[in-house]
Amino acid sequence: MKNYFKSKGFITVLASVISIVVGLLIGFILLIVFNPAYAVGGLGSIISKGFSSSDKFAKVLYQAAPLIMTGLSVGFAFKTGLFNIGATGQYTVGAFMALVFGIQFQMPWWVCLIAAMIGGAIWGFIPGICKALFNVNEVITSIMFNWLGLFMVNLLLNNMPVMLADHWGASNKDRTAALASANPSAIIPKLGLNELLHSNYMNISIFIAIIIAVVIYIILEKRTFGYELKACGFNKDASIYAGINAKRNIVLSMVISGALAGIGGGIYYLSGTAQYTIVKSLLAMGFNGIPVALLGASSPIGIIFAALFISYIQVGGEALQPEYAKEIIDIIIAVIIYLSAFSLLVKNILGKFIKTDTSNVNAEDKAVTPPEPVPAKPAEVAPTEEKGGNE
Amino acid sequence: MSDYVIEMLNITKRFPGIVANDNITLQLKKGEVHALLGENGAGKSTLMSVLFGLYQPEEGCIKKNGEVVKINDPNDANALHIGMVHQHFKLVECFSVLDNIILGVEPNKMGFLQKKEARAKVLELSEKYGLKVDPDALIEDISVGMQQRVEILKMLYRENEILIFDEPTAVLTPQEIDELMEIMRGFKAEGKSILFITHKLNEIMAVADRCTVLRKGKYMGTVNVADTTKEELSKMMVGRNVNFKVDKCDCKPGETVFKAEHVTVPSKLHKKNAVNDVSLEVRAGEIVCLAGIEGNGQTEFVQGITGLTKMSSGRIELLGKDITNASIREKSIMGISHIPEDRHKHGLVLDYSLEQNMVLQQYWEPQFQHNGFIKQQAVREYAEKLIDQFDVRSGQGPITTVRSMSGGNQQKAIIAREISKDPKLLIAVQPTRGLDVGAIEYIHKQLVKERDEGKAVLLVSLELDEVMNVSDRILVMYEGEIVGEFDPKTVTVQELGLYMAGAKRQDENNSKKEEA
Repeated sequence: MKNYFKSKGFITVLASVISIVVGLLIGFILLIVFNPAYAVGGLGSIISKGFSSSDKFAKVLYQAAPLIMTGLSVGFAFKTGLFNIGATGQYTVGAFMALVFGIQFQMPWWVCLIAAMIGGAIWGFIPGICKALFNVNEVITSIMFNWLGLFMVNLLLNNMPVMLADHWGASNKDRTAALASANPSAIIPKLGLNELLHSNYMNISIFIAIIIAVVIYIILEKRTFGYELKACGFNKDASIYAGINAKRNIVLSMVISGALAGIGGGIYYLSGTAQYTIVKSLLAMGFNGIPVALLGASSPIGIIFAALFISYIQVGGEALQPEYAKEIIDIIIAVIIYLSAFSLLVKNILGKFIKTDTSNVNAEDKAVTPPEPVPAKPAEVAPTEEKGGNE
Repeated sequence: MSDYVIEMLNITKRFPGIVANDNITLQLKKGEVHALLGENGAGKSTLMSVLFGLYQPEEGCIKKNGEVVKINDPNDANALHIGMVHQHFKLVECFSVLDNIILGVEPNKMGFLQKKEARAKVLELSEKYGLKVDPDALIEDISVGMQQRVEILKMLYRENEILIFDEPTAVLTPQEIDELMEIMRGFKAEGKSILFITHKLNEIMAVADRCTVLRKGKYMGTVNVADTTKEELSKMMVGRNVNFKVDKCDCKPGETVFKAEHVTVPSKLHKKNAVNDVSLEVRAGEIVCLAGIEGNGQTEFVQGITGLTKMSSGRIELLGKDITNASIREKSIMGISHIPEDRHKHGLVLDYSLEQNMVLQQYWEPQFQHNGFIKQQAVREYAEKLIDQFDVRSGQGPITTVRSMSGGNQQKAIIAREISKDPKLLIAVQPTRGLDVGAIEYIHKQLVKERDEGKAVLLVSLELDEVMNVSDRILVMYEGEIVGEFDPKTVTVQELGLYMAGAKRQDENNSKKEEA
């Protein structure tokens, strides 16, 4: 038992919990500042709303599914040394492809989902190939492709009358048709889960997302392909030296990353409860993948929990209306998420107080958190004999 | 008033699982050059980091001029006039020499930089100590030797009295080393005190007054250099007698394994070719050494033939097969092993575990994977076998993150991996760079063993001792061309030096060019 408290996994979890608690406290201070009368109730709502009813719980799961996908998209790219800030563009294109196959071509849901995956993959492929062949920074290209994706989708939808809601008997022209009226077979099956939880939001998308996360985990940790990808991410020169085709891996990594975000767009808009609205701002779901990946330390399994947590906070936050303005709720949620991402920092501080028992990290580690390695923390406290202050 | 400017008394510093410094005492007199000698991992750098305020010791104290001082960070060290030239320089690449020197202590009037005074002071210092630098050159454009002079000027500019040099000669050419020794003597004459961390015994004998020896974190003693010998020092350091001469039988070269014809590689730094029309052969059972001063095309030649950079012309053969256009992986499969020059850049994925690094080129072989799934058990067993066989030491065995291992053991890991691939041709580029005598002896033995097993070995080295001791045939490279071929038994170091510096060249190698 003593060893258990000294294991790395325990410190990781403890660090996350401390970060979240601090985030909630600061969120509470903001609640007091903006509207003292409702502050206590507001905090209670953030903390407990997600479990307050089966309907709310279903909503947590419903929002978590696409968040897992965009989180995986960003986290997968992180692990392979790329910063895919274009998840939102890939998400948008994926959503569009899913809806086109569902409404225009009247395809079943799984075909739509594959189309979404391909759409996202293409949107990841282009920045990937630019990086591999011409060494163009993927951050720049993928930001541009966010806007390209958004406006291309809007332009196409404006010129595809069948896609829009008014073609199917509704009154509005600024959004895509409700799948229930356009093509019920394109809605992701609910398998009775909606009745179980008494919620329209519930379908199997959360399970799809979790299965994909597990597959990504296996690819990264168990397969030679993941070994290659991570080697390229950690040290491109060494992987070239080892005979690994680094350029091909950069492209593949962006394609997979894009495909994951694309599926995210697909499962959200194929739920039957969401309609794509033609607006001129990027979709937040894609960007929220970044804090999810950070909070989950880019580990696929960590990302599942991170997405659930952020979704939970969001559902709680929505319940703060109308006492608090929507923007204020966003700020509070952002503060909580922001501080949660500090868990790495807290972990290092904790590490200094609790000396890790290095001889015994194997077994217990795996039980608590997914195995390391966590990327992007070169300044790990690794004091060995000779390295000293050299680095 | 104490005799000593700096005293580190009974310092103990522990890290998880290891005592890096165990009750170590180091006393530095005013105006002396004090060497700190020890193998990799003996705790030298840790001790210096304690002095420099990067680590806090668990036990013991530091005294300056007899008074106890507390050094919490490098700024405190600076205030006590302690300066350090780190092994890996801490310079801003895209800043000028002058900017780097004044960085952190910029002279200013109301926030406006006063570079004029700074420049005058730097030029004066550079004149006084013979530290030639161009204040306006950018760091990224100047040689490693000059970068080191910039680091030294940084210490002088801050008026440091206690100068720490952390393995300063590891990156220098023989000529630059001589210059540095001269500079150190100058400092000594000025009354400055120098702490000189090294594991090169020749340098200690040449320049140091006293020497403190550490072994595995323990204090072994302090000796007057005048009263001791190289052999005694190395015995204190390693704990046994070290054989400086490499034992080997005569070489019995067999068939030609590797052949390079007219290889030309463009330079990344300038418009000329880094390697110009180089042809050479390596036969089975011989060690061919490519000697030369750093930057004369050896690195580029090896990168060209291994495929890390593209050759612009020429062809290469392995066992009679043309491999000019083969990929790196194909070359690896055909039997080329490569111990790269830069072990952190090319040789290892530092954030991978030791076992993952052990299969860096072989993870895809059926031995280690099945249907794309890595056989963790097979990898673990293979790594354990290599760790055992090559005595690679690390905190947690196969699952140790390589970043946390000492330089010597990282290098051993690479050597274990490359030799265990059972290559036909082993290319070793400066395999002993920055290692201590024990490890060097070991690596030399391995190279000779490979040779005796009939492998062809191409060794690139800057160390003349290594060139003379290990090789069977020496090729000297100068400005991208081979300027001479020698038998180590008949040539002298002085003679080699002349060829390496470009003062002489054998005619048959370049007669064609002169005609044209």
